[in-house]
Amino acid sequence: MAEVLLEVNHLRTEFKKRKGKVTAIDDVSFHIDKGEIVGLVGESGCGKSVTSLSIMRLLRDTPGEITNGTVLLGGKNLLELSDKEMHAFQGKQMAMIFQEPMTSLNPVMRVKEQIVEAIRLHLDMDQAQALKHTEKMLTQVGIPDVQQVMNSYPHQLSGGMSQRVMIAMAMSCYPELLIADEPTTALDVTIQAQILDLMRELNQKNGMSILLITHDLGVVAEMCSRVIVMYAGRIVEQADVETLFAHPRNPYTQGLLASLPRLGQHVDMLPSIPGTVPDLANMPAGCKFAPRCKYAMDICTKEEPKLVDMEKPGCKCRCWLVEQQMKEEGKA
Amino acid sequence: MGRYFLKRVLGTIPLMLVISFIIFMFVHMIPGDPARIMAGKDATLEEINRTRQALGLDQPLMKQYLMYLDRMFHGDLGTSTTTGQTVAEMIGPRFLPTLTLAGCALVWSLIIGVLLGVLSAVMRGKWEDYIGMLIAISGISIPVFWLGLVLIQIFSVQLGWLPTGGLDNMQSYILPSFSLGIGVMAIMARFSRSSMLENMKEDYVRTARAKGQKESMVVLKHAFRNSLIEVVTVAGLQIGGLLAGSILVETVFTIPGMGRLLVDSIKFRDYPVIEAELLLFSLQFVVINLIVDLLYGVLNPKIRYES
Repeated sequence: MAEVLLEVNHLRTEFKKRKGKVTAIDDVSFHIDKGEIVGLVGESGCGKSVTSLSIMRLLRDTPGEITNGTVLLGGKNLLELSDKEMHAFQGKQMAMIFQEPMTSLNPVMRVKEQIVEAIRLHLDMDQAQALKHTEKMLTQVGIPDVQQVMNSYPHQLSGGMSQRVMIAMAMSCYPELLIADEPTTALDVTIQAQILDLMRELNQKNGMSILLITHDLGVVAEMCSRVIVMYAGRIVEQADVETLFAHPRNPYTQGLLASLPRLGQHVDMLPSIPGTVPDLANMPAGCKFAPRCKYAMDICTKEEPKLVDMEKPGCKCRCWLVEQQMKEEGKA
Repeated sequence: MGRYFLKRVLGTIPLMLVISFIIFMFVHMIPGDPARIMAGKDATLEEINRTRQALGLDQPLMKQYLMYLDRMFHGDLGTSTTTGQTVAEMIGPRFLPTLTLAGCALVWSLIIGVLLGVLSAVMRGKWEDYIGMLIAISGISIPVFWLGLVLIQIFSVQLGWLPTGGLDNMQSYILPSFSLGIGVMAIMARFSRSSMLENMKEDYVRTARAKGQKESMVVLKHAFRNSLIEVVTVAGLQIGGLLAGSILVETVFTIPGMGRLLVDSIKFRDYPVIEAELLLFSLQFVVINLIVDLLYGVLNPKIRYES
């Protein structure tokens, strides 16, 4: 059995609004093994980014606050650490890259300054050593003219180049976990493939775990060994990638997969899930997906289902229908 | 970078020409006849005409302007029509006090204003923020001359700590530079607060936090460095207000500076002095904005590398 690196238990993050609190994510539990790439998917606004920011404890300057749960990294609960203790983890044990590489770099600082800053915070190096290390990291992420890029300002770089710089910066202190929040969404398709290849290569070479947040199921199929599907701030299904794509259990996952275009199959219109993700301030009682679900039963609108284990180890699903089916199969 | 600087510096020349034209025309449109004022109350029409000829005021306006330009280029600011001294002699000793006063006001108001703004932004929504912004609002709302009079009443008349006016020692700069700077301080506080709040929301600030950088460094090294670009721009514009404010402050505190000279020369329609003063004020403003532009280039790499 592989060693667990990150373990998230019953994480709940609430947002303070003028009219009281709204729950952005609730009962989020999952784990990531060492060296594993796990995908976190869902529509926009389903809590993927809030989950990642909560894990990194980057909710400052948002109205968000973690109100329940634990985040264990290497057995240590990050939510109990003081700010100062947490700073030693951020960037060192766990690093993060973001959706918009162009705006994620400081526009008035040279690339080298920004990477050296990260290095000198965590590694015991002087300026010259840190510069050398920066050069090495930038070479490793496949930047051709390293010297020129080091002396550039972010506005002089393309989106793909900026994301490579972000990755080099994130990798510079050899983190055990990389959280990639939609790292390729803002990039065009060929650059997307290059960045994903780079991330996989770093994963294989350094054994670094990756939590890959995306709404692109194609990316998930290509990159991840396990997938977590989120809807309206809850995990609704969790499975290894083959099982999820071959036998999705949750009606929401089934809907997501049905809406993917398939090669060689001609359709006039792709199916889509009717309706939209519910507003955080106005969550339906019971199952959050029930109003959009074609299988919705009486109980679905009254009581929220729990995330229960499926027959196959490691697979979980949050759905009354699936629970019912399992009971019937158990009886039969 | 060099080209950017050169472009900015050369750009000030046509600007100063346009300014000089506007000043000249405006001054000559002030109602009142300097020849009549100079010649005295009981002068005959002939005497007035003779004075007018001596001053060159009988010439067409455009010709007067060209003559004025010609004198300017030869470094001759003209002669006062009231005192008979050269304008340079009159302005010379008054230049430094005004500059010192404005400089003192500028330094304290920028430092305190920006500090207050940044602190308020960091403490957003807490009592420190409310106090900071209360100070800022008061600073903007209080009229300079009223504040000056109140300060004199308290610190000079009742407590006797500071002089009521004049410029005998360094202490006499305290009250005037405080009254002069308070408005700029307030505007800088409000502006740097909103600029910091904007920048603290930016993605690169989140990146800096994700690196494990401590909050004070995130604020100073990342957010503030970006705010500085905007802060410098606004500071440049405020200096114009500071020069205008010096006219009021010098009058209230009886400081023999350029501001008071301007008020006096307007009273006597002393065209050469008014023109020279206005030109000097404008030149200061243009130079300050030039410095701001150049600083802007230094602070903002996007501008530096565009040219």
